[in-house]
Amino acid sequence: MRYAIGIDIGSTCAKTVVMDETGGIVRRMLQPTGWSSVDTAEAIRAELFREGVSMEDSRCVATGYGRVSVPYADRCVTEITCHGRGACRIFGTDELLIIDIGGQDTKLIAVEDGMVKDFVMNDKCSAGTGRFLEIMANTLSLRPAELCELAAGGGSTSISSMCTVFAESEVISLIGRGEKRENIAFAVVDSIVKKVVSQASRIQSDAKTVCLTGGLCEFDYLLQTLSQQLGRRVVSGPDARYAGAIGAALAARKLLS
Amino acid sequence: MYDLPEQFSAFGEARQKGFLTVKSVKEAGGMVAGVFCTFTPLEILDAAGFLPVSLCGMSDEVIPAAEAHLPRNLCPLIKSSYGFAVSQKCPYTYFADLIVGETTCDGKKKMYELLGKLKRTYILHLPQGEDPNALESWTKELRRFIAYLEDTFSLRITDEALREAAHMRNRERQKRMRLMELMKLDPPPMRGEQLASVLDGAGFLFEAASREAKLDSLAEEVSTQYVAGERPVSASDKRILVTGCPIGGVLKKAVGLIERSGGTAVCFENCSGIKAAWQMVDADAPDIVRAIAARYLEIGCAVMTPNAKRFALLERLVDEYRIDGVVEVELQFCTPYLIEAHPVREWARGRELPYLGLETDYSQSDAGQLSTRLEAFLERL
Repeated sequence: MRYAIGIDIGSTCAKTVVMDETGGIVRRMLQPTGWSSVDTAEAIRAELFREGVSMEDSRCVATGYGRVSVPYADRCVTEITCHGRGACRIFGTDELLIIDIGGQDTKLIAVEDGMVKDFVMNDKCSAGTGRFLEIMANTLSLRPAELCELAAGGGSTSISSMCTVFAESEVISLIGRGEKRENIAFAVVDSIVKKVVSQASRIQSDAKTVCLTGGLCEFDYLLQTLSQQLGRRVVSGPDARYAGAIGAALAARKLLS
Repeated sequence: MYDLPEQFSAFGEARQKGFLTVKSVKEAGGMVAGVFCTFTPLEILDAAGFLPVSLCGMSDEVIPAAEAHLPRNLCPLIKSSYGFAVSQKCPYTYFADLIVGETTCDGKKKMYELLGKLKRTYILHLPQGEDPNALESWTKELRRFIAYLEDTFSLRITDEALREAAHMRNRERQKRMRLMELMKLDPPPMRGEQLASVLDGAGFLFEAASREAKLDSLAEEVSTQYVAGERPVSASDKRILVTGCPIGGVLKKAVGLIERSGGTAVCFENCSGIKAAWQMVDADAPDIVRAIAARYLEIGCAVMTPNAKRFALLERLVDEYRIDGVVEVELQFCTPYLIEAHPVREWARGRELPYLGLETDYSQSDAGQLSTRLEAFLERL
């Protein structure tokens, strides 16, 4: 069998999607990126080989910040282009505004006619990213998913610092003041959403569908707050974390023919 | 890929080797003026017998030294420029008899004040926009500068010397323009990074006749090779217009990345590019000082309010250079350009031109993110 393989090596997780020649997804894999993208890429190849997917017959496109560390990839494409293609397939439309909250950056991507029309991305700062949520969750001795669930029952507190390091000390002082954990969790999610909303104001898109991709896609409360504050319904789904890898696999499929 | 014309390397080395020239000028009793900005009226320094040398900081190695006095959240160009002076690591600053600054952005203006404590510094009061008094007050300011130089250094600046200097600088500008205009060819005959390093290096070839000859022979050779069929740049490369802040300190990072991702920077609107070269001084005008003043006021820098001249130039360049996309390179904390990025983005949107804004500094820490952005931008073109 010949396969189209998409590998998205993000800062936190590596996502792999294998498609058959008809474009059907036959395998999804998720693993932590760890400290070495090269080792991760090697582990993915070994795992696929065990499952009977050989690189020699297949075509492979790598994306994500670790895309250059996949020596066996036929091509590298940026995660922005891949997210665009992948999300179109997942949500069944070619007019989209994609919100991708990744480990180290948050991007908004406007897609028209299936093509990336414009995008905005956070600069060096990690405010509003998955990393921000992870650090705040650690400070509260919670897992990110637990933090989001707790946040649903909180309110009336806010974090004003945009800087992750300052925000962390703000959270610590809230803890010290005896603020309820759900209120602090609420403030953390609220801060991420506000940052995303402010980025969204910098991009023009009239697309009917607004979707969330990336590692936080299954956090219902986040989706709900994002929808409220954006004033547009934000949809997502379990495949949304694979959007980049699906887009890469679609690009690989083109190389098959 | 054909061999780069050897002349390219002469320009690349000019910055490193130039200080030997400056040293010999000093030893022969000559005077050196350190300058920072395209608003500095070079003709006046030329006519006064000074050798103008650019002190614009382009490296982050001296930034920690600068941060002993300057705030961290200040543009890297200002910090680097000051850092070289305060750490005595720049031979040009060391040799300078006078530093000339202008009231451009707030950061530079206040930095020059501090610089004045280390070196003799003269600050020209540049008008802040297109107001009806601008030409009048800038002309007066230049006359005041002439009087200052004459009194302080006991010399005479004659109209004849000013006219002669204006002719010389006009010739240099024309030669720079000729080289830049070769990029209108499709595909272009050289890489933007090469062109930019030539434009920068030319400023460190201090002898006018040899600088002109070198610019000419490079343009000759590039054209000859092109006519002979050499195509160093792929025809499929997207034609990028670069605009925004001075890019000397981020040339490799920003322009290098564009050119490794499927694009070529065919046009630089920035300080070292077309913005500062396309207008000539009317060297035969009845009042030469006023003519010099008028020419410098035409520079469309974001410190001016309003700054319609920049937009008029951009509008023209997009057609002349058949631009596929605009990349605006901004230095962190450069308030004037960062604010003006919004109207530039709106202008690009109106022209249906893909636009990408990049905010960066002199460090390498954001190279990964910049490359993702640039690659994605070029993938969409």
